[in-house]
Amino acid sequence: MTETVGIVIVSHSKDIAKGTADMVRQMVGSEVKVAFCGGNPDGGLGTSVASIIDAINDAWSAKGVAILVDLGGAETNSEMAVEMLEPAQRDLVVVCNAPIVEGAVMAATEAAGGSTLAQVRAVAEELSAD
Amino acid sequence: MSLQPETFKSLVKVAAEQVISCAPELTSLDQAIGDGDHGINMKRGFEAVLGKLDAISAQPLDEALKTIGKTLVMTVGGASGPLYGSFFLAAGEALSHDKHLPDDLADVFGSGVNAVSARGRSQAGEKTMLDVLVPVLETLKTAAGQPDLIARVRTTAAEAVERTAPMQATKGRASFLGARSVGHVDPGARSSCVLVQAVCARLEDRQ
Repeated sequence: MTETVGIVIVSHSKDIAKGTADMVRQMVGSEVKVAFCGGNPDGGLGTSVASIIDAINDAWSAKGVAILVDLGGAETNSEMAVEMLEPAQRDLVVVCNAPIVEGAVMAATEAAGGSTLAQVRAVAEELSAD
Repeated sequence: MSLQPETFKSLVKVAAEQVISCAPELTSLDQAIGDGDHGINMKRGFEAVLGKLDAISAQPLDEALKTIGKTLVMTVGGASGPLYGSFFLAAGEALSHDKHLPDDLADVFGSGVNAVSARGRSQAGEKTMLDVLVPVLETLKTAAGQPDLIARVRTTAAEAVERTAPMQATKGRASFLGARSVGHVDPGARSSCVLVQAVCARLEDRQ
């Protein structure tokens, strides 16, 4: 099996994160590694840097990891999580500016074809283009 | 103003306790223009800091600030975690690189403010915590070495937080509200004011 870009889904809600991951798996299949997290460190709505770092490691691929987020705090916490990775890992993780559900499905579809991290990100971010 | 380990410990303690006691107010401000979690998030983060207070105050000052930053990053659970966390991480980093307190206070505080600005991709004037932190930084620069520095910082913070009320938010969750964000004090500006004023009050007590 050739390595593909991994996908991480970060929502304020664990239910949304899981539901998005379920859709990706059903629509794209299991050849792409997908990890998700949602909820603050107490389990309420929010995001957790520690959980995001764990999810990045779960979805880790030598080709890199693309992160899809919902609202502002998920983005800020994801960027913080990326900065806290080892330098060698850090350069292989991107936070995509894309809607979370559509972005995750499009990114995973692109990743399944063996695309690079830059290609995966570009396809997800096209959804946010004017 | 010198910074002995015991003084530092009491500053962290009083600032954390003050933020925790203001959690209901921060939450109600955030319910008006945000998602209503600022108080509970800050409370969670600063309770975690209090829980490590002995370990933190046993560290050299630069490492202690970085530990506070990392603790906030890992426990707050909202955007304010990385924002406040980056402030303390960068301030600690500045102290690791030839900056010293109290002489370089403005530079060290400025490193923290720059980190918040970079993390939030935001500037003063956008109805955020920077609308308190940036004026406080200006006062730290202009009043450096003055006998009334602490009192001026307190006043600056109090006035700055009120100036966020008429602002329209262009960053953060409140920006979704557009013009409806006008008329409410920004919760992040308020929490920054609470922290700054708690530190000032304790320093004044010690004078």
